[in-house]
Amino acid sequence: MTTGTVQAPFARIGRLLRDYPIIALLVLLVALIVLLQILNPGIINQRWIGNTIKFAIPLAMLAACQTFTMYTGGIDLSAAAVATITAFVMATQVPHLGDAAGIALALVPAVLIGLLNGFGVGICRVHPLIMTLGSGLIGIGCLQVYQRSTIATGSAIPPVLEWLGTGRTFWLPNGLWLFVPFAALMLFIQRRTGFGRLLYAVGANEGAARLSGLRTWQLYFALYTLSALIAGLTGLLYAGIIRTTSLSLVEPLLLPSVAAAVIGGTSIFGGRGSYAGTIVGALILTVLGTLLTLLQMPEGGRQIIFGGIILAVTAIYMRLTETG
Amino acid sequence: MQPNPPKTPRAILDAQGVTKSFGAVQALRGASLRVGAGEIVALMGANGAGKSTLVKILTGALRHDAGTITIKDRPVRFASPAAARRAGLVPVYQEPALIPDLDVGQNLRLGATPVAPFRHWVDALGVTGLRMDDAIGHLPLATLRILDLARALAMEPDVLMLDEMTAALPTDLVDNVLRVMRGQADAGRAVIYISHRFPEIARICDRATVLRDGVTVGDLPIVPGVEEEVVELMLGQRMTPAVAATGRSAAKGTARLSVAGLSLGSKLAEVSFDLHAGEVLGVVALEGQGQDELFEVLAGFRRAGSGRISVDGTPVAFRHPADAIAAGLTFVPGNRADALAMGRSVRENIALPGFAAPRRWGPIAMQAEATRIGAAIDRLQIDTRAQGEVRRLSGGNQQKVTIGRWIAHGVQTLLLFDPTRGIDVRTKRQIYELCRDLAAQGAAVLYYTSELAEVPQACDRAIVIFGGRVVAEMPAAEATEAALLRAAYGLAVAT
Repeated sequence: MTTGTVQAPFARIGRLLRDYPIIALLVLLVALIVLLQILNPGIINQRWIGNTIKFAIPLAMLAACQTFTMYTGGIDLSAAAVATITAFVMATQVPHLGDAAGIALALVPAVLIGLLNGFGVGICRVHPLIMTLGSGLIGIGCLQVYQRSTIATGSAIPPVLEWLGTGRTFWLPNGLWLFVPFAALMLFIQRRTGFGRLLYAVGANEGAARLSGLRTWQLYFALYTLSALIAGLTGLLYAGIIRTTSLSLVEPLLLPSVAAAVIGGTSIFGGRGSYAGTIVGALILTVLGTLLTLLQMPEGGRQIIFGGIILAVTAIYMRLTETG
Repeated sequence: MQPNPPKTPRAILDAQGVTKSFGAVQALRGASLRVGAGEIVALMGANGAGKSTLVKILTGALRHDAGTITIKDRPVRFASPAAARRAGLVPVYQEPALIPDLDVGQNLRLGATPVAPFRHWVDALGVTGLRMDDAIGHLPLATLRILDLARALAMEPDVLMLDEMTAALPTDLVDNVLRVMRGQADAGRAVIYISHRFPEIARICDRATVLRDGVTVGDLPIVPGVEEEVVELMLGQRMTPAVAATGRSAAKGTARLSVAGLSLGSKLAEVSFDLHAGEVLGVVALEGQGQDELFEVLAGFRRAGSGRISVDGTPVAFRHPADAIAAGLTFVPGNRADALAMGRSVRENIALPGFAAPRRWGPIAMQAEATRIGAAIDRLQIDTRAQGEVRRLSGGNQQKVTIGRWIAHGVQTLLLFDPTRGIDVRTKRQIYELCRDLAAQGAAVLYYTSELAEVPQACDRAIVIFGGRVVAEMPAAEATEAALLRAAYGLAVAT
């Protein structure tokens, strides 16, 4: 800091942003909400807040898959496929097996895809991007085959999922009953468990983790199976929100889930980030979506702004983490 | 320090007063090297003397800060390795610069090497049956080194520079190489010969230029008996420091770690030694003599070709570092960047081995962890002002973190690979003391060092490895730098 006192405050802000990116993210979120209120006075009410949270929850949950795999330098592009498959299988099996057994059975393909990802990444050393892209395609392909054999039997969403997806407690969405414990568990895992520490360590330096005695394949198996379970859970909740299923139910959330993790400050190169940032990232993306709809932006324009924001945020993080 | 070098014929390469700094570290403080037409000059120096920096400058990989370099009386300053080649200086490095996925002919075309002279030199060097469509990746290392040399010769360089050219070669090929080099010199060219092998230097070199601490300290004609003088020059006036080790001989009986007949390809040959509890055993070797492979085998990173490793009398076989750790063998690698999660905190880095086994993946007892890691930090006196990110620590403190990681989890056998490389004197002292303390508490320490002066300070006993073999063993009291260096250069030692 030889440049003197003028630089100091900026440097300090830079360091603050780097060490606590969540502060900057919350500022951005509030700024977007204020902007929305200015553009359309009176829009911010309990109903709007409830709806925003309701749609941010599945995005934040799917983004947990990306966040946790990104800690190790990976990614889970099969998350949306797994969520879709789980929702679809659940909805078609519940009429036969009842609610509990239908939901339980629906999580089986999720676990299988998770194990497949763990095998590919941990043992065959396939890059996670390719591995999860491939396993997601395989999964969706299997789902299409499955659909032909079950089309006639109809589908149903269990009441408990509809209650979670569409119900409200006071004015807040019931999805929070699922999401608050879920988020608390994720934050606990990343900060207070050996598993969480290893995720960051593997992402920061896989060789160092091996040197410390970690058999990395074990970690990858556990990680990708956990990620698939989270994706499956997201699919169940999303089916409750939408109250129907389709062969591409959760697909539109895939790239936003990656974006939410990146905006939230998780490094795609591994070793850095927090799920707390991802949650705020998911809220920012949801509010941004409302804002762009409100501006009656055509779909192309929305995508341009979306992409631009993701690139800008990533560039800022890169600068912050490189300097000092 | 030395009388003026004997007058040589017209200099082809003349480097005078070359300096080079990397940040605060001055790698070269005035290196000079003069090679005349028809001369073979050996470039010598202990580890860290600045040899490789000088070589990189001469071959255009680095640029010097000050000093002059002339080739045939024209001052030069190479912008790239290609520029150095165009000026007539062609190096042959230890790692053959050939692309494994291409065949011989394609590799030649890449460098625009004329084929006929290349074939001539391949024959002259004694490699038979080579076809131009042989894939490089399928040829043995010795052949590749010969091809690399033949390619360099085919370019008819004014100055040829060979870096440990004979390291991977069988003796008949070594003879051919030496003969061809002599022929080059007799044809009026200049050769710079970098080697750790005195017998070869004595056979073909005319002079030896010796570097120490980045300065050329001597330029001697090769005459019988000059080896002693060269060794002294490499060591300088440094006095052997007081022996910290009391020469205690560790309790005998079953060795904590026993290595018998360990072999690995061309890297390790029949390495055997015992390491007892309560002992610090020094390992001394020049670069690339198999010490890296030895530590990698002991740490579970690679498997030996043959031989036996026993821990407390029980034979062990490691397939993964986790196996070695389970047997009590914990490894601190030479490169700190390999061992640390640089972006994570001191605490996380030290605690890391505790979570490796899946049964330890659950909730962390944060309070107990803080206590344990605090104790390790105190014991090693780690400066924790920048503990949020290990990357912000000094090199010495980073090294303490990699060692402290094992201290916090209980040390039985510690494998330290050059733990004091590039760290300050005070931290070095602390590491010696730590080794002694650990040994006193019943741990066993295997301590490879590239700094010979450390051996009497940190170790009870030392073994010297040369060409993948243990060539000498001596108690710390006798492990003077001169004795170690002689053994490390493969000169006869009375053991």
